[in-house]
Amino acid sequence: MKRLNTGLVSALTLALFASAACAEELEVLHYWTSGGESKAVGVLKTDVEKRGHVWKDSAVAGGGGANAMTVLKTRVISGNPPPAVQMRGPSVQDWAEQGALVDLDPVSKSWDKELPPQIAKVLQYKGKFYSAPHWVHRVNWMYINKAALDKVGGTVPKTYPELFALADKMKAAGIIPIAHGGTPYHDGVFFEGIVQSMGADFYRKAILEGDQATLASPKMVEVFDILRKSQSYFDPGIQGRPWNLAAAMVIEGKAGMLFMGDWAKGEFTAANKVPGKDYVCAARPGTEGMFTFIADGFVFYKAKGQTAATKGQQDLASIIMSPEYQQQAAYFKGAIPARTDVSVANFDDCAKKSAADMQGSMKSNLLVPSMNQGTTEATLGAIRDVVTKFMNSTQDSKSAADALAKAVKSAG
Amino acid sequence: MREGNTGGLLAAWADRWLPRLVLAPSVAASLVFVYAFTLVTAYLSFTPSALVPRYNFIGLARYRDLFGNDVWWTSVSNLAQFAVPFVVLSMGVGLLLALLLDQRIRIEGALRAVYLFPLALSQIVAGTAWQWLLNPSLGLEKTMQSFGWTGFRLSWLGDSDMAIYCIVVAAVWQCTGFVTALFLAGLRGVDDEIVKAAQVDGATLPTIYRRVILPTMRPVFFSVLLILTHLAIKTFDLVVALTAGGPGTSSWLPTMFMYTFAFERGRLGIGAASAVMMLLVVVAVLVPLMYLESKATRDV
Repeated sequence: MKRLNTGLVSALTLALFASAACAEELEVLHYWTSGGESKAVGVLKTDVEKRGHVWKDSAVAGGGGANAMTVLKTRVISGNPPPAVQMRGPSVQDWAEQGALVDLDPVSKSWDKELPPQIAKVLQYKGKFYSAPHWVHRVNWMYINKAALDKVGGTVPKTYPELFALADKMKAAGIIPIAHGGTPYHDGVFFEGIVQSMGADFYRKAILEGDQATLASPKMVEVFDILRKSQSYFDPGIQGRPWNLAAAMVIEGKAGMLFMGDWAKGEFTAANKVPGKDYVCAARPGTEGMFTFIADGFVFYKAKGQTAATKGQQDLASIIMSPEYQQQAAYFKGAIPARTDVSVANFDDCAKKSAADMQGSMKSNLLVPSMNQGTTEATLGAIRDVVTKFMNSTQDSKSAADALAKAVKSAG
Repeated sequence: MREGNTGGLLAAWADRWLPRLVLAPSVAASLVFVYAFTLVTAYLSFTPSALVPRYNFIGLARYRDLFGNDVWWTSVSNLAQFAVPFVVLSMGVGLLLALLLDQRIRIEGALRAVYLFPLALSQIVAGTAWQWLLNPSLGLEKTMQSFGWTGFRLSWLGDSDMAIYCIVVAAVWQCTGFVTALFLAGLRGVDDEIVKAAQVDGATLPTIYRRVILPTMRPVFFSVLLILTHLAIKTFDLVVALTAGGPGTSSWLPTMFMYTFAFERGRLGIGAASAVMMLLVVVAVLVPLMYLESKATRDV
């Protein structure tokens, strides 16, 4: 009986594949492996299979995507790239420039209208879309434990001096003011928020454009001064602590504030914490109205002899941009949909604020790529080297700003 | 007779060709995978290779980038801070343990196994174990404090100036047993007759060691030095597992620099240039040592 069943099933499967006229095996290289992420990927997989394609999952965990990118490079060099790859940042343009990617012209005619122009720009090369965005993350978030905030009678700080005043109160009340993870990654995320508090134009010029004079300017020295002062509100056990453990400290009320992008919200949600009631999410000091984004997308590689996107690649791209997928995937991922016309009515309050801020910043041109999105791996690494060295030494702010200018220049 | 002849011919042929035949695959493999790849890497260091290799020659620009990079110089000075104490301590402690084991003590076999054991662990495992041991809230510090020594502090892992010595501790722990085994083999290789002759002449045990045994072990010292030096330059996994280069960049080593720049940051050219620099250091250190050693053996 069992054997018969298996036979039947395989016959059915065969029939099913035969009926799908353009069944295609789509290998997808990605690094979404945590809980919410794999749920989002699961949605995509189901949709792709509904169109009759075969989903071949190549998840490479670890290193914040660095491991997956290493796999990608070896596969491209050996002439066997996966058809679909998760990617963000200037790598999209780099690979497009190398001629390794197919453009998404057949399916992206309406994307210009559906996406904020600032986000569309990072997905394009020479006016053509090369990446399909799954969702948008906002990085300039800060999370405050509500009980801790109420205990010291504080309000959400709008500037760094206000933040330090609040932190002093928390310190006096026996709460670790700022939960931080002592990794180059978290150091970088913390640092970019301070740069952004000096204004979107300053941030654009310094970090995104790597302007030497701006990088070594007195304003940047001030940034490092604020960074140094902030460090005095960390606890001693930060070394090597992953950001999710830092988030746990705020969730448990041991620490007051966390500076991290909205993927950290997943930790709060998993602990059944409700925004507004248990914790407050707010734009970081000095960045109200600004929206610093990370747009995770899929790019599509050419197989040998291929010139345009295959049916399977086109289907995958159009599924990613479909309103249904955008809504569901962003919900699971803890982000917001990249499309501006998708409702976030069933999302939590933080995500609603995020979506509203994205619309607002889109119009005021305060919608800027986060450091992780807007700089090359080389520049990002160089900035992190300088920042993390500063934070782990007694270097003075002036020489750190000079070192930053030098490092960015040599990485460029 | 004829049979014997063919047999003899065959044997002569085999004598001549069999060793070459057997060695051929490994010679070919190392030609391709060691020397050819080394040459390719060296060539890449003269190209603008970034994400993927590119093969147009651009001269020394990548080396200028490398020498202008602060993190590279941090890595180089860290290597010195790591390698010198590592080699000295491993040799010193290894020699001491070997001398003690050489006293024909009981359960010598078991002790030898115990000392050799750390080498059986991969560097990743050793690094992770030491990370736990040195972690202030989990390991030694916590243990000592719970024993009542509340003032005990051991926060090297979080200290930019001391983190590199955490790697020294772990590396010495891992390699000393191996060094002990090498020295012990050397000690046992010394001819008993010489020792007895010295005893007859009335030399005391320390004098015998100092004037007779240790000088004959010169080649062993060279071998140990060679092995430890190149191990020090190659150390990578241990850093990744123990400190991940941190705090900040305070425990980066050149190997980590090479990996990060070549593979994570898409700067293959600089990565290749740093690999070539490491190779040159290895050559600069090892070639004189090997020359001295061969000269020493010839002189004996």
